[in-house]
Amino acid sequence: MKSLEELQKIKERALERRRLAGEGSRARVVVAMGTCGIAAGARDTMTAILGELEKRQIADVVVTQTGCVGLCEYEPIVQVQVGDQDMVTYGNIDTDRVSTLVEEHVVGGEPVEKWLVRK
Amino acid sequence: MTVFRDLSQHLMDIAENSTTAGATLLHIYIDEDPDANRLSVEVRDNGRGMDPQMLLRVSDPWVTTRTTRKVGLGIPFLKQTAEMCGGDFQITSVPGEGTATRAAFEFDHIDRPPLGDLAGTLLCIIVGNPTLDVVYCHHVGPGEFVFDTRELRELLGPEVPLYDPEILGFIRGTLTEELMALESEAA
Repeated sequence: MKSLEELQKIKERALERRRLAGEGSRARVVVAMGTCGIAAGARDTMTAILGELEKRQIADVVVTQTGCVGLCEYEPIVQVQVGDQDMVTYGNIDTDRVSTLVEEHVVGGEPVEKWLVRK
Repeated sequence: MTVFRDLSQHLMDIAENSTTAGATLLHIYIDEDPDANRLSVEVRDNGRGMDPQMLLRVSDPWVTTRTTRKVGLGIPFLKQTAEMCGGDFQITSVPGEGTATRAAFEFDHIDRPPLGDLAGTLLCIIVGNPTLDVVYCHHVGPGEFVFDTRELRELLGPEVPLYDPEILGFIRGTLTEELMALESEAA
């Protein structure tokens, strides 16, 4: 593991980012990680989402995983909720769609209509 | 017949079972022992566990506790893969205490799936389940790597979320570098 001093410095910068971000989070992203999701590549999708947050230095987006949401044919499924808007469900979010999804909806606040699962 | 490309996807699947069972602590052991021609993977959780009837049926592909879909396929796939690779599979559980899932494989068996993206899998399990602690213990021959999120959380304190971009980078970097070092040491 990297040195403890290094982690201590990271901790201080992270605390500063928390202060700047204020209470709560900008958005919530949920990746469906049931057997069906994993088989369709959900782990790689989630790794890519975390990679985008790291790359763009986004400190106020919570990414969590959940089980099968019952829409197996649309996996990998990603749900996004920005601020206090309704949560929307996206289907077939392979790694090559992640950058656009983060850019347009998580950062830009505009849902990517063509990837939404209508149900 | 297999749905997963690699063992790290199985690991993700078992971890998801554990969090669904309400686990707050997950122990993951990976032991690569090429000299003994054996690779074993074990996941132990402190979730709600299963009673003997459920445990007997859990390797049956037509059993699941899920309500969104009628079949459960993760455990039967892992059992089948282990048995196909000259290994074995075991699952033990105590209601109220937790569940342990173990799978072993012949290390050099032609059908043995690769370990796959362990660093990415662990990062997702750790960050994606904010109320779960993970103790990861990986041996390759005499080499060992241990990563314990309880230590990390203690150092960071309650106010620093693990989804902070620099913390993400720290966890990803540490896992990637240490796992690479572990494999190259053994080679």
